[in-house]
Amino acid sequence: MSSIRYAEFKSRPYYGVLEPASALEHLIVAEGEGAHAVMELVAKAPAGFTSQATLLYAEGPYSPDNGNTEALRELGFARFHTSATAAAAVPRLEGALERLKMSTEVYLTGSESALSIFVKACTDAGLDYQGLQTEHRGSLARRVQCVHCKGITENVTTQPATCAHCGLLLLVRDHYSRRIGAFQGVNINAEDPSDIPAKEEMFR
Amino acid sequence: MSTPAAIDVVVSEVVEVNSLIKRFHFKRPDGAPLPAFSGGAHIIIEMQDGDQTRRVPYSLMSSPLDTSDYQCSIRRDDEGRGGSLYMHREVVPGMQMTISPPANLFALDLRANKHLMIAGGIGITPFLAQSSQLERTGGQYELHYGVRSRELGAYIDELQDRLQHRLHMYYDEHNEAMDFDTLLSTQPAGTHLYVCGPAPMIEKVLDTARAAGWPESHVHFEHFSKAPPGEAFSAELSESGISVEVAREQTLLEAMEAAGVDAPYLCRGGACGQCETDVVECDGEIMHEDFWLEDDERASGKKIMPCVSRFRGKRLVIAR
Amino acid sequence: MGSTASLPTFKDGTYRDDFSFKNSPETVVRAPFPFDKDEYMYAVNMELHKDGRKGTAYEEPIDMDEHYLAEMRDRALVLDEDPLRCQSLPHMEMAGWDTLELLMECKAASFPEAFSLERDGDQWHWINRPMGIDQHFTFGDATTLPYGPLEYITRQAQGDFVVLDERDGNLWMDAGMVTTQADWSLDFDIGMNFFEWHAPVPLAHEKGIFQRALKYLLAVQQSNPARRLNWTMTVNPRLDTSPENYHQWGPENTHITPENVADKLFLRIELQSFWRLPRSNAILFPIRCYLLSMRDLSTVPKWATRMHRVLKSLPPELSSYKGLDNFREIAIDWLSEYDDGSPTTPGPFPD
Repeated sequence: MSSIRYAEFKSRPYYGVLEPASALEHLIVAEGEGAHAVMELVAKAPAGFTSQATLLYAEGPYSPDNGNTEALRELGFARFHTSATAAAAVPRLEGALERLKMSTEVYLTGSESALSIFVKACTDAGLDYQGLQTEHRGSLARRVQCVHCKGITENVTTQPATCAHCGLLLLVRDHYSRRIGAFQGVNINAEDPSDIPAKEEMFR
Repeated sequence: MSTPAAIDVVVSEVVEVNSLIKRFHFKRPDGAPLPAFSGGAHIIIEMQDGDQTRRVPYSLMSSPLDTSDYQCSIRRDDEGRGGSLYMHREVVPGMQMTISPPANLFALDLRANKHLMIAGGIGITPFLAQSSQLERTGGQYELHYGVRSRELGAYIDELQDRLQHRLHMYYDEHNEAMDFDTLLSTQPAGTHLYVCGPAPMIEKVLDTARAAGWPESHVHFEHFSKAPPGEAFSAELSESGISVEVAREQTLLEAMEAAGVDAPYLCRGGACGQCETDVVECDGEIMHEDFWLEDDERASGKKIMPCVSRFRGKRLVIAR
Repeated sequence: MGSTASLPTFKDGTYRDDFSFKNSPETVVRAPFPFDKDEYMYAVNMELHKDGRKGTAYEEPIDMDEHYLAEMRDRALVLDEDPLRCQSLPHMEMAGWDTLELLMECKAASFPEAFSLERDGDQWHWINRPMGIDQHFTFGDATTLPYGPLEYITRQAQGDFVVLDERDGNLWMDAGMVTTQADWSLDFDIGMNFFEWHAPVPLAHEKGIFQRALKYLLAVQQSNPARRLNWTMTVNPRLDTSPENYHQWGPENTHITPENVADKLFLRIELQSFWRLPRSNAILFPIRCYLLSMRDLSTVPKWATRMHRVLKSLPPELSSYKGLDNFREIAIDWLSEYDDGSPTTPGPFPD
């Protein structure tokens, strides 16, 4: 479990802790380790919470056999769907958002990467991001957009990082764009390309 | 920011809408178009009432697409500080007046998939302008409008013509109440809610929305109530080094302006935060009437909004 | 504003490749020099944008100088290479029309020899003589213009233009034309709020600068524009110092030597103004860039003296954020010749 808070970086997404809200219905979207955030949310919620709730659960990149899916199924959600990954969950999430009423509370949890994808689907559907609850669980690996070639590199764990598209060595800044769903990567050795700093593991 | 640039206008028409409401039309003396504005904007009308200068905000109700004149509907408030009474009794066609440029603290969120508007009584005025704007720019919307009676409801016929099925009327005289629970539980994702009317109605809508799970960023409201009158009091201005006497029907902001102190403002209704002033010393009780300060700021006694709030006690010193 | 300004004689010049950009002496002295004291620190340095002093960049509400045509050519080149430099989120269309109206009205009123606007209801006729443009169009109908309204008019106006939507007591950067920027990306920042797009700026958040600046900006009303100045330094007269192309221009940051500093290093001044737009309730935020070489500065003794003192006393965080570390000492050495230690007169204007 990560309890890291990033409020000191003004453009860095700030994730909270999911709390049961007063709402007529609930839509919960979780990925991987986010399963535990969902279990804690339900434990805090009043009886009958799950009977008003839909859960979309993306098991993770490799469908690990960790029992999360079965544990979530037993919580008795009114609607419960699973998918292999966050990206694979998006079409179903978009469908749910099309039918969503404003009297529905939206909860999102999972890795940094999964949250980027879920938040973007919600804002594209017309929801203001300030009304979404988010909780980070799992990997801190980042999605990074290369400001030069615009390509997005997934699962970045090092500082600096190599752009998977144009090959430039990128400084991963704490500057984050919700619209793109990625951090900004800027060439680290533009002034002297022969200066190649060592990569350090920073985002696990 | 200093006082906004003023616009000189002539009252071109005064129309009695019903027994409580009059509509005032303002034009430029040379007939040139007035500045464009956005639906939900207000102007501040300056009134020379004897030796007192009043500046009172009113919503623009005319279409933002037609700025040949500005129109405001003003409901007579016999219990108020006297601005509406002045407008009803003294203002006649041909009179020269001064207004502020339009400012908008109740704008449409143009990202909305749908706009849901709820109006009570004279709170209809911003929605008249906003619905005209949406007719031009497109955008899904519906208006729910509650009035005491057919006789006291303003602009019902015009709205029915213009909005047709998008207008939903509710008459107190027929015991028709808006069903906020149903209304707010059936709105599609991406809807923005706007409410303007009497304070109890706004509170009820906000409470219902909150309980139903509406995020705050999708909920917009505007109080049309004005600063209430109260007991006279005096205040010391530490930076100007003077004292001002605030009469019963005057606000602290007006008293400062009358004394020649240039204080910032925008809404003059306790909502925008621009006139927020530090309290240096307070031996007594500040009667907060604003919608701006947080509860802890009020309790601290360190802040006051001079456009609406008053004081009772021995000594008030503010940093102005 | 009452009387109109005299039309400058437009010059050729490039902001890339051979960098043939050069200021005439009149253009140097009219620049909005950003330092009113001998040291610099962030402040909410906002003031009303009016009562322009004759013969300065403040004379007209929207300034135009001798580099107009050269700058517009450079903008067109940038857009050819990277159309993402001009973007507008879908809800900002009305703000684009507001921007077009404001810029056309200002230009026609300030420089009637160069620009004219005739309005007959929504049928408008716009003439831009320096650029050879004669356009009839329907206000509000984007299909009657070759580009969207924001792009159309900002291809004809010096400086960058950002359009800020007001929501939830905050300002959101939801549209813009950005080709003369000091190392920030519209494509990345579009959609961010006031605090988010300022996230990379050091020190100012802690000093509460942005909270106060935002409150001031939210109060900007129609007919009452506001302005402030900002600055940095740039190697070569390059307008387009974008992060997108940083890997191309970045190496130039190391090219300053005591021999070339006078003509190769530029003070980059941003005259930022803030205009409430009527129909959209958005705020137009023009960021006009002025470039003065160290040699240009030395022709105004007070400015060279002050630049020397500002660079000497600049906090290291700011020097690093502004990207000055490679050449700051060289510039201080060169400028020291213009600083005899005597006091400077108050205010930013030349003696």
